[in-house]
Amino acid sequence: MTLSFCDHGAVRTLRENRLAALAALTFALMGAGIALVFFYVPNDADQGFSQRIFYFHVPIAFTAYVCFAWGAWKALVHLWKRPAGADLESYVAIHQGLVFGCLVLLTGSIWARISWGIWWTWSSDQLVLFLILFLFYSAYFMLRYSLPPGPGRANMSAVYALFGVALIPVSFLAIRLAKDFIHPVVFNRDGPQMAGSMFLTFCVCLAAMLSLFATLYHAELAGKRLDARLRELKEALA
Amino acid sequence: MTYVRDVAALARKDLLLELRAKETVPSMLLFVLAAFVVFHFALPSGAGALAGRGLLWVAIVFTALLALTRAFVAEREQGLLDALVLAPCDRSAIWAAKSLAVLAFLAVAELVALPAYAAFFSGLDETTVAAVCLADLGICGVGTLIGAMGVAGRARELLVPLLFLPLAIPVVVGGVGASVTGEPRYLGFLALYDAIFVVVSWASFEYVVVE
Repeated sequence: MTLSFCDHGAVRTLRENRLAALAALTFALMGAGIALVFFYVPNDADQGFSQRIFYFHVPIAFTAYVCFAWGAWKALVHLWKRPAGADLESYVAIHQGLVFGCLVLLTGSIWARISWGIWWTWSSDQLVLFLILFLFYSAYFMLRYSLPPGPGRANMSAVYALFGVALIPVSFLAIRLAKDFIHPVVFNRDGPQMAGSMFLTFCVCLAAMLSLFATLYHAELAGKRLDARLRELKEALA
Repeated sequence: MTYVRDVAALARKDLLLELRAKETVPSMLLFVLAAFVVFHFALPSGAGALAGRGLLWVAIVFTALLALTRAFVAEREQGLLDALVLAPCDRSAIWAAKSLAVLAFLAVAELVALPAYAAFFSGLDETTVAAVCLADLGICGVGTLIGAMGVAGRARELLVPLLFLPLAIPVVVGGVGASVTGEPRYLGFLALYDAIFVVVSWASFEYVVVE
């Protein structure tokens, strides 16, 4: 009994340390990213200083896709092999994805305001796609919280999360197609090839956002698992 | 072969139920006509025929939604879904039969709605009709699965539109594109949507009804 408790303690300490290490890495990468964005990378020839939001906006968008893909992967694992924690992991990944998705809408909106003078534009594919994904994954939460906890809820959440990864490419294609009859103007945001310093900054920012996701994912997961464990203990005592 | 027989028997049950109760189809018909009248007053005089084409697709999606929210209500209320899951047939047959029944309801509603649209607003070309047929497949396939999810929750009918509309946006894009431009590539897009989402719905329905 004592031995197993010690074992548990050791594992737990390791896990906590892993989370702390991950958080430290995120902190360092984020600091480096911010420093590079503001002090190292040159101004964009075309858009000037305001283009620097690119180094936050695009990595956040990429991270959001990673979250949704990870959530869908865990959903598939849940339906396929039914390990105990997959449903919770899928939910947490999608939760983080929705947070990053909101940030994409926010930063994209700020960027549109600075460069085109409008808060919202239907001519940016990414923004419209994220609006659709925001609605879709908000409905995921509505679905999840209207069902009683249990295997039924886990299954339905997983199926809906899988629909998400099918929806992303189909919606992207649809938005591209819709442009031809709704808004013929095409903005090319990428412009010329990125210079070396810009590419380096972009990569550091991307790594920072991905490690931020990893940290938040593990932190939320640890909290949720603790919650579940506490509930189990309470039920066992009651 | 037994699969086809199962689907046919289950679909026959739904159609027979509708034929006797006359609940869903008449309300869809009334709804779509009322929507057209609302659209007439919603469109200013200079709006043109193209805006009407867009609204036709709004009417189709929302009329379908009416059938989809009702699709599994009887099954849930009577506890029939548990019995169907226990029946010795493939679970996806339940989805296929229900999709076919909803497709039939929607087709009946559109048989009235499309001529009414042509009379009220502007004539329809064959591309639009083809797009409507293709869109119906996708709407009913995905929508039936969403309907089964929706009735399981506490929010019931409230949930189905929230779950379904983000998934229906590509259908609206394909449909409006086809009827506004008349280009066949939008029909191709609708066919692609049908292929992807019908297969995903067919494959995943089992997990929605079985715990």
